[in-house]
Amino acid sequence: MKQVWIIAKRELKSFFDSLIAYIMLILFLGFSGFFTWLFGSDIFFIGQATLEPFFMIARWTLFFFIPALTMKMLAEEKRSGTIELLLTKGLNDWQLILGKFLASLLLIAIALAFTLPYYVTISYLGSIDHGAVWSGYLGMLLISMAYISIGLFASSQTNNQIVALLTALLIGTFFQIIFDVLAGNFTGFLGQFFSYLSISTHYESIARGVIDTKDLLYFLSITFFGLTLAESVLSKRNIVE
Amino acid sequence: MNIIVENLTKKYGNQRAVDNISFEVKTGEVLGFLGPNGAGKTTTMKMITCYMAPNDGDIKIGDLSIHENQNEIKKKIGYLPESNPLYYDMPVLEYLEFAARLQGVPDNKINERIAEMVALTGLNKEKHKKIGELSKGYKQRVGLAQAMIHDPEILILDEPTTGLDPNQIVEIRKLIKDLGKEKTVILSTHILPEVEATCDRILIINNGKIVADGTSEMLRKQAQGQEIIKVTIEGAAERDAIISALGELESVGMVDPVKDSEISFIINSKDGLSSRKPIFELCVKNKWVLTEMTPLETKLEDIFRELTTNCKGI
Repeated sequence: MKQVWIIAKRELKSFFDSLIAYIMLILFLGFSGFFTWLFGSDIFFIGQATLEPFFMIARWTLFFFIPALTMKMLAEEKRSGTIELLLTKGLNDWQLILGKFLASLLLIAIALAFTLPYYVTISYLGSIDHGAVWSGYLGMLLISMAYISIGLFASSQTNNQIVALLTALLIGTFFQIIFDVLAGNFTGFLGQFFSYLSISTHYESIARGVIDTKDLLYFLSITFFGLTLAESVLSKRNIVE
Repeated sequence: MNIIVENLTKKYGNQRAVDNISFEVKTGEVLGFLGPNGAGKTTTMKMITCYMAPNDGDIKIGDLSIHENQNEIKKKIGYLPESNPLYYDMPVLEYLEFAARLQGVPDNKINERIAEMVALTGLNKEKHKKIGELSKGYKQRVGLAQAMIHDPEILILDEPTTGLDPNQIVEIRKLIKDLGKEKTVILSTHILPEVEATCDRILIINNGKIVADGTSEMLRKQAQGQEIIKVTIEGAAERDAIISALGELESVGMVDPVKDSEISFIINSKDGLSSRKPIFELCVKNKWVLTEMTPLETKLEDIFRELTTNCKGI
């Protein structure tokens, strides 16, 4: 655990040193703020004291931002060879991946924490469903975990950051929208199957304030699956046929 | 701490990068790994440092095996990988601290160790700079500093002096030699004088196999089964006369005229025989003037070339 934290700390520090973190935060807050308060079906347009418009837009911003955050994490280490430095110190593949995962999740958590003033403001404007807000934030974190692990898997595949970015977006698109569309096009078992795979299905019930173990399990298993794949790709160098 | 490599094999696809090699390195020994590019030096090092698993065979560090005790082994080894990868966006001190923490240096000792390493590698002036801003030589010093930060018992250095200027090379070699007195050091290099200057023992590998193992004197002797001398003889009418006269001597195996010279010859004696005295006597008898007689030492370069080019055609 200590090793995981050492990696995460370095990773976070490099986010803030290289301005990536600031750009991320500004873009995230800018986008979500703009669409939550000023444009489209914003809060004043809906006329309800709810953070739903924010969560809606945050889901899309995270979908694009997380791959941008994770693309270099393993790809760059592999390209520059620094991965060899790390893995020949007292560190194993899992600790490395978990450290990177933790750093990304913390950065997202920081970004989400900066939107808490939205919550405070709206709760002054009208009576807000506090439970739904908190479970909405939980949902955001769960979605982020899933996307980060997909991003790390994509990054473990290649030495090229752009390839990692595009792969992550490609896989992400399925969960973000394609499964949802497919679910609408099929009936019966296939329809249910695709509906189960789609993030929307699970996120919507969480956003309503219903935290079901089934939904938690869904997000955690994507995360687990993504990280396991990333680990197995990384440790492929060890495979002895 | 001893390193014992047993029947180590690593395959990349069908190619055997390391082919069933075994050797042992003892504490206080500096082992030089020599070989042409692609011989398997780096691969072997990667396996010793637990970055890669071998297809077959085992490496034992003390009583620890790379198959079971990877984490303990990693903490005992300081490793400078080939081409010295580093985080260019990190300042030197921060990076050394990161390395120290990863290697499990206790918190209260970290600053002390960093200061020691900075002094040892002469990084004092550059310690606040980002690694990416340093010259190649200084980057190499950072690489060495991070490898030694946790005072490891074993040092594995993959081409430690590439990119250094001659002064730095001398310093680093001295450093390695000093370290080698109490630690186990394996270093790889293409630079032959470097091996002679720093290593107690030399291991030459080619195509994944060990082709020579021993001190530089041993290797010389081995390659030099016969005495080779260069002689220059003046005062003879004809070159051919000299060649045939020399060739008739009982101890002489082969006479080679030196190119671009009418009067110099390289003489290989037969195994175990010396031709110096007969040649002198021959000259006296014929009233030739012997102006030069130099025993030729086989250079390490020659041994290296001989051992590593022989089986290229296979």
